[in-house]
Amino acid sequence: MAARTLFEKLWDAHVVKAATPATPGILYIDLHLIHEVTSPQAFAELRARGLSVRCPERTLATLDHSTPTAPFDDLGQPVYASEEAAAQVGELEKNCAQFGIRLNGWSSEHRGIVHVIGPELGATQPGMTIVCGDSHTSTHGAFGALAFGIGTTEVGHVLATQCLLQNKPKTLAIEVDGDLPAGCSAKDLVLHIIGQIGVNGGTGHVIEYRGGAIRALSMEQRMTVCNMAIEAGARAGLIAPDEVTYDYLRGRPYAPQGEDWDKAVAGWNTLASDAGARYDRTVHIDAARVRPTVTYGTHPGMVVALEASVPLPATLQERRALDYMRVEAGKPLAGMAVDVVFVGSCTNSRISDLRDAADVLRGRRLASGVRMLVVPGSLAIKREAEREGLDQVFRAAGAEWREPGCSMCIAMNGDLAQPGQLVVSTSNRNFEGRQGPGARTVLASPAVAAASAVAGCIADPQSLLQEQAA
Amino acid sequence: MSTNRPITHIRSRTAVLAHENIDTDRIIPARFLTTTQRDGLGRYAFNDWRYAADGTPDPAFELNKTAARGCEILVAGRNFGCGSSREHAPWALLDFGLRAVLSSEIADIFRNNALKNGLLAVVLSESEHRYLLANPGIELAIDVAAQTIELSDGGRFSFQLDAFAKHCLLAGVDQLGFLLAHNDAIGQFERQRGEAA
Repeated sequence: MAARTLFEKLWDAHVVKAATPATPGILYIDLHLIHEVTSPQAFAELRARGLSVRCPERTLATLDHSTPTAPFDDLGQPVYASEEAAAQVGELEKNCAQFGIRLNGWSSEHRGIVHVIGPELGATQPGMTIVCGDSHTSTHGAFGALAFGIGTTEVGHVLATQCLLQNKPKTLAIEVDGDLPAGCSAKDLVLHIIGQIGVNGGTGHVIEYRGGAIRALSMEQRMTVCNMAIEAGARAGLIAPDEVTYDYLRGRPYAPQGEDWDKAVAGWNTLASDAGARYDRTVHIDAARVRPTVTYGTHPGMVVALEASVPLPATLQERRALDYMRVEAGKPLAGMAVDVVFVGSCTNSRISDLRDAADVLRGRRLASGVRMLVVPGSLAIKREAEREGLDQVFRAAGAEWREPGCSMCIAMNGDLAQPGQLVVSTSNRNFEGRQGPGARTVLASPAVAAASAVAGCIADPQSLLQEQAA
Repeated sequence: MSTNRPITHIRSRTAVLAHENIDTDRIIPARFLTTTQRDGLGRYAFNDWRYAADGTPDPAFELNKTAARGCEILVAGRNFGCGSSREHAPWALLDFGLRAVLSSEIADIFRNNALKNGLLAVVLSESEHRYLLANPGIELAIDVAAQTIELSDGGRFSFQLDAFAKHCLLAGVDQLGFLLAHNDAIGQFERQRGEAA
């Protein structure tokens, strides 16, 4: 057999019926993740057609987007931003009960952001096809799974048939070599990559991240890198599984156990691109050139190193973006006044992200007038952070320690910034109005976000961390 | 959802939003996604562009201008529909009255969602795209079967369209029926994998 890429191996293993000139291929889906926002209309379609869910056991539901992250009320109940949000969550609870789907709801110890709990439970495994009505499904590609976001019509397709109609995407290899400098995170790396290839650099492609700098990342860091593949327009991001992957998965509730584990690992070990496999495109990135990086514009490709000056606008579009952000070209972004800091989202809400932020905040206070929300990605992460005392670090600094959820990343649960406010955010999108109408978003790593909260302006964490160490 | 209106011809003047990278949060902000319905979202289309902070229509926004009234074809800047997978984006545009979106590049998930709902998403060449951006309000006649666009000034473009998406648009059928018809093949795939494991 000809040499194949990891993507091709994953694809080939899931083709129920190959594409023809007249029809797309039929691709089998191993794991379908659902949440309250993009599923109700799909369940309505099933009901209208009298269909059932083909594989409830391959379907996993959680509450994350519309759910409040504020502390519960005195009766221990969540306080929704609107009746509609409450009704949407109620709809998912009803749908899961009716169709026999596992829901990690309010009473579950496993609730959290869909792209955080899948891996955390070990439901996300190498070799799988994974879809969700959410573009950041690309996160799960960090395990060597083919994972991508779909629309609600397709959610209905998967519920009813466990399959999708798909045309085969192209492949893009991103070879990342060299060592990521100390003080640089996976977030800095992925922002740098998007800056290099552009917000449409991956359109029509599945990205495979390769090279020594990728292998050196932890599982949580790999998830951050794959999470933002969609911000380069890619269908999915992939990293071949290895010992780092297996160490993360071993013993998790849904991971194979005992003999099944050994058998599974033997299979997973075949999930690497063959030597000589051909990609449609290849891009080389030197990790050694990465610096702490933030966005300065209104899409995730407008990035700049903290120490560098914001580039002069080359187009009318870029000038508009600078005007919206109230950013001055030719000057570094460091020093720009900050109103709100958000640590959370499926990009950066895992325990290592919270530790990174806490390391900067320990023994310090937020600058006057700065609001900071720390929103763990799951209840399990919240519990772990509390065991480690991270919540105390955040509270002592003056930050809000919240319940898990998507929160201010998508700002549809009431967690949002006011018009004109500048938010330093560890999330994934800095679109105009994404975090509230008129809100201005600067994407950053957890360490840069925390340092900016302390300084009251966009700041490099290095000097603070050195003080801590001294 | 089970059957869409067949889409064979679209004839309309164009409205132009020349901005590049119009993302799905621009098309419909996330705070309007708490609905459990798919209807009635047109009132939120481009909400934060369309309305001033006090809720009145912003006269400077292209689609609020008299010339754009009744336009069913949107010509948009490169990389339209980037961002989230929300199908609320094409639902909102259709309910707003649009039937086709033309650009030099359209984000994958948006394009897929649009075609599944009978919103024709067409990718043009750079030069064709530039021409339409420079001529807002030009009358176009789109022929889905022929995959052509005739311009009122005599010009004519052709475009690519996935064969299956085209079939579904022309026949007004959705794709779930096709998948359901492969139930046996899906079952066989599941059994074979079970045996191999």
